[in-house]
Amino acid sequence: MNQEQRVGEVILSVESVSLAFGGVKALQEVSFDVREHEIRAIIGPNGAGKSSMLNVINGVYHPQQGKIRLRADGAWREFRDMDSHEAASLGIARTFQNIALFKGMTVLDNVLTGRNLKMRVSFLEQAIWIGRAKREELEHRRAVEEIIDFLEIQHIRKTPVGKLPYGLQKRVELARALAAEPTLLLLDEPMAGMNLEEKQDMCRFVLDVNDHYGTTIVLIEHDMGVVMDISDRVVVLDYGRKIADGTPDEVRANQAVIDAYLGVAH
Amino acid sequence: MLYREAGQFKSTYAEDQQIFPIRQDRFAVALLLAVAFVAVPLFANQYWLSAILTPFLIFALAALGLNILTGYAGQLSLGTAAFMAVGAFMAYNFVLRMPWLGVIPSFILAGLCAAAVGIVFGLPSLRIKGFYLAVATLACQFFVLWAIQRIGWITNYSASGVITAQKIEILGYVFDTPVRKYVLTLAIVAVMALMAKNLMRSETGRAFMAVRDMDVAASVIGIPMMKTKLLAFAISSFYCGVAGALFAYTYLGTVEPEAFTLDLSFRILFMVIIGGVGSILGSFLGAAFITLLPIFLSVLFGGISHATGMEISHAVVSNMELIIFGGLIIFFLIVEPHGLARLWQIAKEKLRLWPFPH
Amino acid sequence: MNVAFFFEVLIGGLLAGVMYSLVALGFVLIYKASGVFNFAQGAMVFLAALTFVSILKMGINFWLALIITLGVMVVLGMSIEKVVLRPLINQPPITLFMATIGLTFVLEGLSQLVWGSQPHGLELGIPDVPMEWLSQKWNINVSQFEVFAAVVAGAMVAGLALFFQYTRIGRALRAVADDHQAAMAVGIPLKHIWAIVWAVAGFVALVAGLMWGARNGVQFALTFIALKALPVLILGGFESVPGAIIGGLIIGASEKLAEVYIGPMVGGGIESWFAYVIALLFLLVRPQGLFGEKIIDRV
Repeated sequence: MNQEQRVGEVILSVESVSLAFGGVKALQEVSFDVREHEIRAIIGPNGAGKSSMLNVINGVYHPQQGKIRLRADGAWREFRDMDSHEAASLGIARTFQNIALFKGMTVLDNVLTGRNLKMRVSFLEQAIWIGRAKREELEHRRAVEEIIDFLEIQHIRKTPVGKLPYGLQKRVELARALAAEPTLLLLDEPMAGMNLEEKQDMCRFVLDVNDHYGTTIVLIEHDMGVVMDISDRVVVLDYGRKIADGTPDEVRANQAVIDAYLGVAH
Repeated sequence: MLYREAGQFKSTYAEDQQIFPIRQDRFAVALLLAVAFVAVPLFANQYWLSAILTPFLIFALAALGLNILTGYAGQLSLGTAAFMAVGAFMAYNFVLRMPWLGVIPSFILAGLCAAAVGIVFGLPSLRIKGFYLAVATLACQFFVLWAIQRIGWITNYSASGVITAQKIEILGYVFDTPVRKYVLTLAIVAVMALMAKNLMRSETGRAFMAVRDMDVAASVIGIPMMKTKLLAFAISSFYCGVAGALFAYTYLGTVEPEAFTLDLSFRILFMVIIGGVGSILGSFLGAAFITLLPIFLSVLFGGISHATGMEISHAVVSNMELIIFGGLIIFFLIVEPHGLARLWQIAKEKLRLWPFPH
Repeated sequence: MNVAFFFEVLIGGLLAGVMYSLVALGFVLIYKASGVFNFAQGAMVFLAALTFVSILKMGINFWLALIITLGVMVVLGMSIEKVVLRPLINQPPITLFMATIGLTFVLEGLSQLVWGSQPHGLELGIPDVPMEWLSQKWNINVSQFEVFAAVVAGAMVAGLALFFQYTRIGRALRAVADDHQAAMAVGIPLKHIWAIVWAVAGFVALVAGLMWGARNGVQFALTFIALKALPVLILGGFESVPGAIIGGLIIGASEKLAEVYIGPMVGGGIESWFAYVIALLFLLVRPQGLFGEKIIDRV
């Protein structure tokens, strides 16, 4: 299936977003869009505002200016002040640069927390553990086991997350994000700190997620090889401003990008 | 090699989710319950029942409540005794003014009152964290005690604030002997412990632990902060409230507000720390430890005094108790922060392989 | 409404607040340098006072007793740092806090085991009588002793503030408070610094112990003064020396005023919880206290 067939209409539109922390301007009038089913990369030097951009999309930071438009459940929603809890309920899930797993719980429990928005049973029913409560818990366990199989982490499902090596923790975090069955998945440097083998595995998983579940993916990544290989379109940020936007080939050849980030074209 | 776990496979998720997935554990627990419900009442003497076992169960329940809030949900609370006080005094009022309710419903309502107070004093947790929150719970502890002593109708206008718990009568059966009080307490505590275990291994428990481990991340994946934290306070206070009601009715008999001071809050916190934060079993182990330690010490010092002919005053013993408590807290925090529950787990793991080294 | 009476209550409250600040200072010192919230500060105050009084009772001269007690406090502080805090270096703050709760119990038990548990009186030579010229001129009764305590506290705060700001060791302490690793990287000897901090905190505890002991008698209830220092710290921030004073003044004054003016309406005894509720309300508005730094959660 080539790109034109797979990628759909625009489902996320970032319009003129500006974000400042006190005197520090993290983002200045950044605009771009994301199409359904595509893999969109955000790249740029350190401090360019990439993580801040993701944080704005999923409601952790609120921009002073501009707005985000998201197509959820068929309707367009426009917001600037959405909080992260609402973003999660609209189908946005994400992973974090510094792993944000719950270190006191097992892998299985961590991934199960990703399903929390789908759990309906009240705490009283959970306390008594009959009927509905039991059924719902087992149903979610089944759904989560599918994701655990998909990401090949069955052998560590009962291990406390704090004991796992870095690469596996990143995979568990991806599993937790997937457990929410998101329409939009934000990945903040999913391959940071990994060796070549781990990166290849993670690339394969990201592509599989996009392929198998059709999830739209926005990812921040420093490894140019990865970006060029797996993304459909790329946004380049530098000092909070967008300096390029297009396919990987277009971006690679862009002089401004080369000056700011890539160095001599290779 | 005490027992072989190998060969017990789980073929459905339901089997995997059981509280005691291993056959031998189930047998051991059944045996324990049989001993507790049948053997103990038959063979134990009055002193053990009324002065050791019953208070142990009551404190275990309170420790369980605190563990839910502090161990699972990560909200430090120094106001446990205040919630127990609410439970005790409100149970008294319900039984006094609405005797047609019956004792058990009165206990439940008293627990709900404690839960309401818990929610009110848990509201600050939405803005405040860590030991700032501990100070907020101190406000609760002092304010509630003051209110109980000042608001006349709570103590039925008794001059010194002292109330006497009425006798417990359920469906015509009177619970007035130590044995009957013990069995009633045991039944209530067992049921509530089971409910707590169920709760902690389902979504509620996971939400609590997520808030404890990293609340910003929990919020980002959709766990509602306010609802989760307030639910933790509510459930925890309910448990402490029921424990307080039991404290008054099946143990103390005559209750004064001074029985619920900050000292008691600390004692229960110590049970949670020594027993193991975030562990249902830990609450019981910690309560057992702290209930038995003073007895052990007085026996020990009695023995030393006997053997050496030296007089060891009561003051010395109680000071040694303070030092040992404090020392144990520090010891456990340094050596095994997850308390006796973790030590128990490690022991079981080692016993699997014993006598082989690894 | 009697204006003179109002001022009497206000000043009484302010002076009581100064006494709270003395205890709060000990907390601030340790928190500033090691990030540990030392719940055992109250027990240290108690131990200091009790040791001093007991040594005095053995017939030893006042100033010598003072020096001996200071020595004991310094040694105690350094042992605490070595035995309790160093093993717990990388644990979360809650764990350290709970360890100091345990420490409180150990110190309380130890004090009474060694020196006995009867209350002792402590005479510092300054009578607890109203200052004459204030009393005669404006009909305001303010105790001489409390004024003396205020002056002592003021001098200590000024001394400590100067110490932190202008001496080499003070700078090193501030560096350590900010970032342990960075401080070690520039060659600051961490262990020495902590030893010094705990020694100074011991000294502060001694002064506080003397003041409180002279006022209320040296008895077990002294340990609960530490709890009152908590609202003071919340208002003033955990890391600010001037904050401890201002926080203390606010808490002391509002507590006394509330007891006198609001108390009678609700049956009295408000002092047991008023300070905490004030702190609680304050936290809701400004979770970092008056002088603290804003907490930003980064993900």
